[in-house]
Amino acid sequence: MTELADKDVPRALHDMGGVSRYMCEAVDTEPHELTDFDREVDAIRQLLGAKSVMSVDELRRGIEALPEADYLRLSYYQRWLLSMTATLLQKGVFTQAELAQAMKDIP
Amino acid sequence: MQTSDVDHDRLLTALRSLLAAKGITTAAEIAERITITDAATPARGAAMVAKAWVDPEFRTLMLTDGARAAESLGIPMRGMPPLGVLENTRTQHHLVVCTLCSCYPRAVLGYPPFWFKSNSYRARAVRDPRRLLAEWGTVLGDDVALRVVDSTADYRWMVLPVRPMGTRGWSEAALAGLVREGDMIGVTTPQLPSGTATLAK
Repeated sequence: MTELADKDVPRALHDMGGVSRYMCEAVDTEPHELTDFDREVDAIRQLLGAKSVMSVDELRRGIEALPEADYLRLSYYQRWLLSMTATLLQKGVFTQAELAQAMKDIP
Repeated sequence: MQTSDVDHDRLLTALRSLLAAKGITTAAEIAERITITDAATPARGAAMVAKAWVDPEFRTLMLTDGARAAESLGIPMRGMPPLGVLENTRTQHHLVVCTLCSCYPRAVLGYPPFWFKSNSYRARAVRDPRRLLAEWGTVLGDDVALRVVDSTADYRWMVLPVRPMGTRGWSEAALAGLVREGDMIGVTTPQLPSGTATLAK
């Protein structure tokens, strides 16, 4: 049995440490203000954690499950929102039909 | 769910109303949580750093158990992961990253800044950290070792930076005023305001 070395194992997209694709990309060191959207998504995630509805690990798993194109295109808190929604659906906190209805009910 | 064409503002509105209808979270709770989260700023970490610079007993506590040290200054740590503190010296620098996502010592520094969450920071911090630091104007001498520490969801790190020369006799509050967010992650080091710099050393 030959053991696989780390370099032989396909990297998941979120596993960014040392990947070559960003080596020449400068870091945007400027401050970016959070939006109301960002703050609310963050707050709801904390509340879902505090109430044991959904854990940080579940949030991460949902983010890491996003298709690559979405992961790269979406903002940080948009990823969170999609992960939270998918996780809550999977856990049966609400159903797809309830979500669709709630979307429809928005004026 | 089709993710590519979602209107995120509408989705958030729908999620908020569903969670309210299910009795899980109220609008008031969300507003309160935002207020609490906004109150956590780098000023908290800076107060810890300044105290560690003037109080050896606190310094020892902070390096042994960061969460307990934070709590002793009235910083709420309940429900937060443990906090490790990395001590910089004249010959040992530390840099904190979360390569997998964005784990950050939020209790003492607040929301993670944009750059900390960026792909290039996450990728480069563990491979090319000295050139990364240069983008903040931080240049470490060849005699300074650099250790990069990867945060996880279950354990958060902050840096205790080196106290700048020329600050003997400064009050704790004045010292805290020198300490910025990036100093406590290791991308920058505390600097004297220009004008006082010439008095240093």
